Amino acid sequence: MMLHKLISEGAVTDRSPWADGLSRRRFLQAGAAAGGGLMLSLNLPFASGDAQAADAEGFAPNAFIHIPGDGQIVLTMPYVEMGQGTYTAIPMLIAEELEVDLSEVRLEHAPPNEKLYGNPALGGIQATGNSNAIRAAWQPMREAGATARTMLVQAAAKRWNVDPASCSAQGGEVVHAPTGRRASYGDLAADAARIPVPAPETVALKRPEEFRLIGTPAKRLDAPAKVNGTAVYGIDARPPGVKIATLAQSPVFGGRVKSVDDAAAKAVKGVRQIVRLDDAVAVVADHMGAAKKGLEALAIEWDDGPHAKLGTDAIVGELERATLNAGPVAENIGDVDAALSGAATKVEAIYQVPFLAHAAMEPMNCTVHVRKDGCEIWVGSQVLARAQAAAAEAAGLPLDKVVVHNHLIGGGFGRRLEVDGVTRAVEIAKHVDGPVKVVWTREEDIQHDMYRPYFFDRISAGLDSKGKPIAWNHRFAGSSIIARWLPPAFNNGLDPDTTDGAINLAYGLANTHVEYLQVEPAGIPTAFWRSVGPSHNVFVTESFMDELAAAARHDPVAYRLALLDNAPRAKAVLELAAEKAGWGQPLPERVGRGVSLQFVFATYMAQIAEVEVSKDGTVHVRRVVCAVDCGTAVNPDTVRAQIQGAIMFGITASLYGEISLKDGRVEQSNFDTYQILRMNEAPAVEVHIVGSTEPPGGMGEAGTSAIVPAVTNAIFAATGIRLRKLPIDTEQLKSA
Amino acid sequence: MALTIKVNGVDRAVDVEGDIPLLWVLRDVLGMTGTKFGCGAALCGACTVHIDGVATRSCITSIDSIGTSAITTIEAIGATAAGAEIQKAWLDREVVQCGYCQSGQIMSAAALIASNPHPTDADIDDAMSGNICRCGTYVRIREAIKQATQSNGQGG
Ligand code: FES
Ligand code: FES
Repeated sequence: MMLHKLISEGAVTDRSPWADGLSRRRFLQAGAAAGGGLMLSLNLPFASGDAQAADAEGFAPNAFIHIPGDGQIVLTMPYVEMGQGTYTAIPMLIAEELEVDLSEVRLEHAPPNEKLYGNPALGGIQATGNSNAIRAAWQPMREAGATARTMLVQAAAKRWNVDPASCSAQGGEVVHAPTGRRASYGDLAADAARIPVPAPETVALKRPEEFRLIGTPAKRLDAPAKVNGTAVYGIDARPPGVKIATLAQSPVFGGRVKSVDDAAAKAVKGVRQIVRLDDAVAVVADHMGAAKKGLEALAIEWDDGPHAKLGTDAIVGELERATLNAGPVAENIGDVDAALSGAATKVEAIYQVPFLAHAAMEPMNCTVHVRKDGCEIWVGSQVLARAQAAAAEAAGLPLDKVVVHNHLIGGGFGRRLEVDGVTRAVEIAKHVDGPVKVVWTREEDIQHDMYRPYFFDRISAGLDSKGKPIAWNHRFAGSSIIARWLPPAFNNGLDPDTTDGAINLAYGLANTHVEYLQVEPAGIPTAFWRSVGPSHNVFVTESFMDELAAAARHDPVAYRLALLDNAPRAKAVLELAAEKAGWGQPLPERVGRGVSLQFVFATYMAQIAEVEVSKDGTVHVRRVVCAVDCGTAVNPDTVRAQIQGAIMFGITASLYGEISLKDGRVEQSNFDTYQILRMNEAPAVEVHIVGSTEPPGGMGEAGTSAIVPAVTNAIFAATGIRLRKLPIDTEQLKSA
Repeated sequence: MALTIKVNGVDRAVDVEGDIPLLWVLRDVLGMTGTKFGCGAALCGACTVHIDGVATRSCITSIDSIGTSAITTIEAIGATAAGAEIQKAWLDREVVQCGYCQSGQIMSAAALIASNPHPTDADIDDAMSGNICRCGTYVRIREAIKQATQSNGQGG
């Protein structure tokens, strides 16, 4: 996910308060809190600092900072914790400016509230994508904290009748050093609430060198509950009397139920009810064990519909044919055709990446209670407003009759940016008297995912007589998620997500031409993943850059460095990674090092993978060194953790990830056929963070895209075999 | 027919068919949701509990196969020495991300160090490779197990 990108490229900037000079005050209000104390309300954007989610007509706060009389600071915010550390990093921003310890900030967990989330106009961009929360909150959260601090200082100064400039805030108190007077925030909160919100110009943000918390490792606030079994995920919701349902959806996308014989299922002890929908059948039971048994006992006949014979080959053929024609131009620099015709050497290649499932560890689930006059849902969602709207539509109720209880998410990766699971659960719950938790089996979860799209790429380059690339020509075809998910951001056949990582390369390439052709294959739904554009494009561009280095007979790191004279941050991470990895030092036979460099999510990253290829073709990634410049690393330990994890996610995609169709059906079903990297295969990972005071870049996804070409480039270094299609084909590597 | 199982030291009577996996009895019948569902097929380890101290996949363990054996779940593992060490190491090393797999990881790790106070890397691989973490916390899981076993060493 990468909404920040949309914003920064102008897709949704028409309502930007930070950029268009609207008074910041309209987006930050302060006053007395209902229960006493000082309350600041602000509107946090859902993307980078220059965007916001309020409708242009009025102030729609979605984050609140409450300083009650007891002095504890209570933060309520709209982002969702999916494992990326948001619940820790964002409170750090407030604590920093308010001059309190992180432990003084209490996060109001799960903020479902119709007032906050009830506006369907917000639905479009009310989302937590892995990489955007901290970037979006960076400026407004610090401003809110600094404003609160300023107001508390003013309240104290007024009380003591002294100059506010002679007072300072520290450790949850305002102190007047000349007289030694001090007052706690809690004590001052009510007075502060009566002070007008100071003009933004008069509120000073701390300078990076003054940071106490930002940039230091902080303990995750959500960790204790996650090690003792008390953390509550969507799948753990248990409203009183809840029944458990599991389901079978048409194995072919677009198919229908023809007939159901449910006699045997109904006879299973604990089964309460069979719900038949147009394209799915659900078994409602006292517990999942009975529901699953019931499901197995059902005899369902399907009408497979128009995609009954669909196979992956047909889709690949469709994409391949599309790339024979010119498409919308995503980037054009110089004159590629002229440069190519003058090139000493030409290199060209075809690359392909497969459909991928999300396979988050928490299977899809949603709990619903439909009553005549209202509906409640319990779910872990990255898009609360959309979840609410989907439930309202499926239930046939007005929006304000739907209450959403949001929960922790057992892995998002883009899957919880979709609300198909909510719609499905409500469709079932409408037939059930009382609350019902709809839990998908792992097989359903994998076979009815919405997949990272398949992409087919043609790429070519021209080198001059010294081997330097003088022309770069890239054309690819595949699905655009943005075109469906956020149509206003899809313009002239292009969107900023699908092309991310294919354009604006860090390298100084004089003649570049990039085209993208949107093709939406029927019969398989697509969605965001742990990045879409970069997870595909960085594999292609960084593999191809390696091919060019090989064609030029240059060292892959030196070849890249020579193209980075105008990109000092990129050059620095590449040099650092190479040094730390011991680039160039001898390795045993059948072991190779591969490098990749990328600039995506406003983050510069270089990775070097050390890979061993066995005689039987098995690939083992032994060690990965990553150097990253992600601007200010708010919580450096989280940055490290996110990169370590993203690397495992990317290795999984390199080695194993593939969803294929046969007779319209997804062929993979559980972790035996859709493999995930395991402990015994996990490499040692070193992360080196380059210190920076630039605004924070995105972290959740960058590590995934960078590792993939580092692995395939290392395979090339170890074996001389260039793999241009994912996942890697171990057959090709046998005794290579 | 009601069966009685012993969970975290307490006898619990449950009225389900004997072939129902323990996982669903814990989660849906007894309301103990700390034990997680990931695959239902012994492929991911999310549902790991201890049965008489042995790490066991509850999703394929039928309720009538347990007899009088003692079941320990994530909710009570902190009361064992190994479980407390592992939980502490998990927090010290900031292992968790989404956290969904971590109940199972902790149960597998606690069983490992309870039976093998000084595991080698290969022992860790053997004990932990049945537990998938989609967030990819393996690097820290390995470090945390090592930390926990080092303090084992100090304590004799
Ligand atoms: S749920 Fe039991 S091993 Fe996956
Ligand atoms: S922490 Fe998310 S699956 Fe392991």
